[in-house]
Amino acid sequence: MAQKVLMKGNEAIGEAAIHAGCQCFFGYPITPQTEVAAYMSRRMPKVGRVFLQAESEVAAINMVYGAAGAGVRVMTSSSSPGISLKAEGISYIAGAELPCVILNIVRGGPGLGGIQPAQSDYFQATKGGGHGDYKLVVLAPSSVQEMVDFVQDAFDIADKYRTPVMIMGDGMLGQMMEPVEFKERPKKELPEKTWAANGLRGREKHNVINSLFLKPEELEAHNNKLQEKYREIEKNEVRYELYNCDEEMDLVIVSYGTLARICKNAIKMLKKEGINVGLIRPITLWPYPVEAFDKVVDKTKHGFISVEMSCGQMVEDVQLAVNGRKPVHFYGRSGGMVPTPAEIANKIKGIVGGAK
Amino acid sequence: MTVVFDRPKALLDVPTHYCPGCTHGVIHRLVAEVIDELGILDKTIGVAPVGCSVLAYDYFACDMYEAAHGRAPAVATGIKRAVPDSVVFTYQGDGDLAAIGTAEIIHAAARGEKITTIFVNNAIYGMTGGQMAPTTLPGQVTETSPYGRDVKTAGYPIRVAEMISTLDGAVYVERVSVDSVPNIIKAKKAIKKAFEIQLQGLGFSLVEVLSICPTNWGLSPNESVKWLRDNMIPYYPLGVKKDATTGEVK
Repeated sequence: MAQKVLMKGNEAIGEAAIHAGCQCFFGYPITPQTEVAAYMSRRMPKVGRVFLQAESEVAAINMVYGAAGAGVRVMTSSSSPGISLKAEGISYIAGAELPCVILNIVRGGPGLGGIQPAQSDYFQATKGGGHGDYKLVVLAPSSVQEMVDFVQDAFDIADKYRTPVMIMGDGMLGQMMEPVEFKERPKKELPEKTWAANGLRGREKHNVINSLFLKPEELEAHNNKLQEKYREIEKNEVRYELYNCDEEMDLVIVSYGTLARICKNAIKMLKKEGINVGLIRPITLWPYPVEAFDKVVDKTKHGFISVEMSCGQMVEDVQLAVNGRKPVHFYGRSGGMVPTPAEIANKIKGIVGGAK
Repeated sequence: MTVVFDRPKALLDVPTHYCPGCTHGVIHRLVAEVIDELGILDKTIGVAPVGCSVLAYDYFACDMYEAAHGRAPAVATGIKRAVPDSVVFTYQGDGDLAAIGTAEIIHAAARGEKITTIFVNNAIYGMTGGQMAPTTLPGQVTETSPYGRDVKTAGYPIRVAEMISTLDGAVYVERVSVDSVPNIIKAKKAIKKAFEIQLQGLGFSLVEVLSICPTNWGLSPNESVKWLRDNMIPYYPLGVKKDATTGEVK
């Protein structure tokens, strides 16, 4: 077993990217993810790789487009307002089918918002963000260890499907320190990047990195191809955790990221009072783990509650997954306010009718 | 029989979409001839803009990218940093480079990115049908300056070559024109030098090319060439703006 080291989330994710073979990192300072760029600026030159601080998030994501198109593993990181600026580039990257990893350490919005943790970029991450019919694979770690593990997974998924992958953590995850282990993992069999535009170098036909299709029938065919790929991802890449879902339950919480950990504490508190609550923790926010709901829907008496650090975003996917079979409740705080286990427990008692 | 004139290898044998009389074709050919002469087709990667030359990726035989509007210098930066032994050029118009992409071109130049930019200035947005560009001359009538560009409300044109030449990372900056055969020959020389600067790893190079747009200027090709000479060259003087290899700064 590799040695455990105590690391801040934002630094651990940088180191994990280096382990995963990230050749280029393009960043721009924004709280609360700046440590990622700072870490990469220290480490990347030492391992003979590229760190570059761009003039803007817009430029950074277009540098990612350039490097990804040339066939190297590339990553960028930002926080909410910065991700909005990257949205144009992300749409182009999805359209041109380029693999890359984008990290969003989410802070409160809208606008300049605040710098405290939030989950209010769920819609932006899972429902588009940029223009056009595209999807981002979105991984939501709930610990620093998961942040580390998911970086390798994110690069592999990106390369396998030629698609951008986002790792979405909240400000807490970026800032907190936890012991982590950098496990040596077997290399995945991944398709060769024969499409990369890195110079002909003997190749006969030129490669073109592009998302422009002026003929409607060609653009539709391209969109259909993207959709087929997304169906394939939905089939293969769904991830979630079920916690305390084996027996009959009074209610099932749906929550992701660090907030899911807080919910686990609420579940323990409620258990002492004789209230049995389960947890679905989506790990992939897209593709959404609909099957998890099918597994527990018959075992929950009062249905589901989506607990979020937003004003109600993921709850819409919960409603779609439950599809009217049981009631769906919501509890959320926003603006950087982090719910405590006690307030989540109180909300749940209000729904299930207090202690039995 | 000896072949005295042929299509450069760096251009594909395809028809282009450019309007009759447009000089994009001439400039494409100059870039392609330079790529051929330097023997760098195998390692050259081009970045096309959004604008009239958006489809340049279909015309050049080297590997190509289509960039988002204005972002070509950032895309080129990503390519060059990822594949340092490649030769990377951007081909951009005035709306793309001097309006929406101003930050990207300035910072690529300031960083001394080892890329080459071919900047085509025809004083108008061509692709969208002739609107005012950042390079539209004072008084010039366009679709969005129907009474002539009024500098009191629409401000002044940007002299890109002069602006870029103030940056330490820019090694070679020249403004040329394709209005006449002698000027076309000079333009090719400048483009070749710009690529050579990159091959020598010296830093950023930019060639601004004054170009005509008969369709949107509402003039015949011959009248357009005259208009360029009479109006554009006085405002955008030709010549080397900076050559750090000789210490020349104008």
